[in-house]
Amino acid sequence: MFGRGLRTLSIASVVLVTGAFALVFLYAPNDADQGFVQKIFYLHVPLAIVALGGFVAGGVFAIQYLRTGDRGYDLRSYVAIHLSLILGLGVLATGSIWAKASWGAWWVWDEPTLVSFLIVFLLFACYQPLRFSIDDPERQARYAAVFAIIGGAFVPLNFLAVRLASSLIHPRVLGTTGGSMPGEMRLTFLVSLVAMVCLFVTLWKYELASKHASMRLRRLKRALAGDDAAGPLARTSAPTQI
Amino acid sequence: MAPAIELSEVGRAYGERTALSGVSLTLEPGRTLAVFGANGAGKTTLLRILATLLRPHAGRARVLGRDLPQDGWAVRGRVGLLAHEPLLYRELSARENLQFHARLHGVAETRVEALLDQVGLRRRADEPVRTLSRGMAQRVAICRASLHEPELLLLDEPLANLDPGAAEAVEPLIGRTAGPARVVISHDVEHGLAEADLVLGLKAGRPALLDPAGAVTAGDVKALY
Amino acid sequence: MAGSAPTADAQDATDAPPRPARAGVGFMSAVSALVRKDLRLELRTRESVPAMFLFSLSTFVLFRFGLDRETLEGDLASGVLWVTLLFAAVLGMNRLFVAEREEGGFDAFLLAPVDRTSLFVAKAAVLFGFLVAVEIAAIPVFSVLLLGPSPLQAFPGLLAILLLADIGIAVIGTLVGALAIQTRARDLIVPLISLPLILPVVIAAGHATAPLFAEAGAEALPARWLGVLGLYDLVFGLLALAVFDFLVED
Repeated sequence: MFGRGLRTLSIASVVLVTGAFALVFLYAPNDADQGFVQKIFYLHVPLAIVALGGFVAGGVFAIQYLRTGDRGYDLRSYVAIHLSLILGLGVLATGSIWAKASWGAWWVWDEPTLVSFLIVFLLFACYQPLRFSIDDPERQARYAAVFAIIGGAFVPLNFLAVRLASSLIHPRVLGTTGGSMPGEMRLTFLVSLVAMVCLFVTLWKYELASKHASMRLRRLKRALAGDDAAGPLARTSAPTQI
Repeated sequence: MAPAIELSEVGRAYGERTALSGVSLTLEPGRTLAVFGANGAGKTTLLRILATLLRPHAGRARVLGRDLPQDGWAVRGRVGLLAHEPLLYRELSARENLQFHARLHGVAETRVEALLDQVGLRRRADEPVRTLSRGMAQRVAICRASLHEPELLLLDEPLANLDPGAAEAVEPLIGRTAGPARVVISHDVEHGLAEADLVLGLKAGRPALLDPAGAVTAGDVKALY
Repeated sequence: MAGSAPTADAQDATDAPPRPARAGVGFMSAVSALVRKDLRLELRTRESVPAMFLFSLSTFVLFRFGLDRETLEGDLASGVLWVTLLFAAVLGMNRLFVAEREEGGFDAFLLAPVDRTSLFVAKAAVLFGFLVAVEIAAIPVFSVLLLGPSPLQAFPGLLAILLLADIGIAVIGTLVGALAIQTRARDLIVPLISLPLILPVVIAAGHATAPLFAEAGAEALPARWLGVLGLYDLVFGLLALAVFDFLVED
């Protein structure tokens, strides 16, 4: 059900990621101020954009689940948020490294984007514990969906609030400062971004397909050899049925 | 008049476990359905589905002429549930509890007084529910369930904890002669059978027995346990 | 097996018109009944508001020693006040649905012919009321214990900030409280989820209040923070109204 196009996506991901790496190390010029270290930007920013996009996508799938009751949407929502959390760790780590290399401190509170991201991360880090603490699978899915919708709506509001509150040390690499990014850097950035999106979608589909296959296997075992054949379902935060 | 209950292959799962499946029956207005079964057989699940508290996962359910779950809102307020828990706020008095429910159902408060009189709780009506004995709390719960004059009564062991005097006092509210169609879960086989028109026996969520009361003996029922 | 064939299918036309259902109870009547019940319970048991207030007091004392300061002004005063109010609010959130959960009152509400959203409005109103009650007591105490400048200089701006912030906290608190009742780890989930969600409120309220507590006399209230609070209240209020039903039904 989820496996369609997986091979094409995988190949595309490999190509794009390799291409992005090549561009980053061979094509993009060193930044005038920050030097070589600035190149981590090509990893950090796409990670952040895709992670945030993943959280919002999780919220959108959650809305679909509540509207249609189709547990497939719950699974899509769960995997999107789950992957975005992992990417989120990457964002915080790379952001920290960049901060240390550029401004000498592992964490700087004055960057609204990083702080906003931390808050969003803290919120979504509760997603799996929340799911885990609800026994009934249908209720678990429904409550998780409500949470994902609240979280998704929270992302823009949070960024607004924190941005208003902070001075602007964090380099605004997108938006109106587009003019200050030379063409080579912009191209490299775009390729990195597309590569990251492609990678995310590929991983997302892989996890969906894998979980779905496990579900079908379990259902088959139970159908063929009786309810006891597959052992009791362990408590889990992941959806167990579609 | 439309039947009070029409079920067709109704089922409900809890995760991988099937709590209820394949239940089909029709209950005419004013009739009583007795439900028997061991603990965990699905009796409470069935009751809660009929009360619109749970949605069926399979099959069709119509209560008082309306389909569930879509038209659940039209059924609420016409159904009275007496559950295992009394559903009363223990820190509030019987009177306050009933007044609260009266407001939620749009029922005049005079009815609260009439009911308290009927079940013989006038004297203790202003004490917190937690000070009442289980029998008295049960009487208050019965008042709560019949406060809004429902057309269908769903009763889970209604006479538990009631002494014979109290049981007699509540008969006009929730008994066979009260009027509304009733679904009664009971472990008192003889009494349950005597009061029923239709008998449903559940075993592991499936209907093991479904017959008019006249055709069922106590032995048939006890075989379910 | 007689009596088991369902009568299903097409011809409903033969049904006599059903007995007219009692007119569904109006939204505001339902909200009013729920609020009265909760206020009555709180007056009877006195569990939430006194605890929230005492907790605020203890937190003030904690800050005095934690910061090693005897008077606060400006940013610091504002921060201490809002963090304290936030923690007191979390206490209130934890208790908000406890009566329903323990006494099984949820089912009774679900059986009533009322809009589910009325429960949300009622609970949010009650939480808002608790917050206001606590603030009425806690802010004078704060002024006496820790605040350097005179508190009177902060009004009426402080009122506007409190109002808007309390609405936001009440909305989120009710949502999170409802989310948490069905979970096993109720007491942990509430603070974990609510703190990040309320952070923008604290940021905005804190920034708005800071100039009001300035040592040299209150400065102008930065209006944009009121705007942020208002936006937050609006967005989450609407979202909560849309989503609450799913938390309460089965």
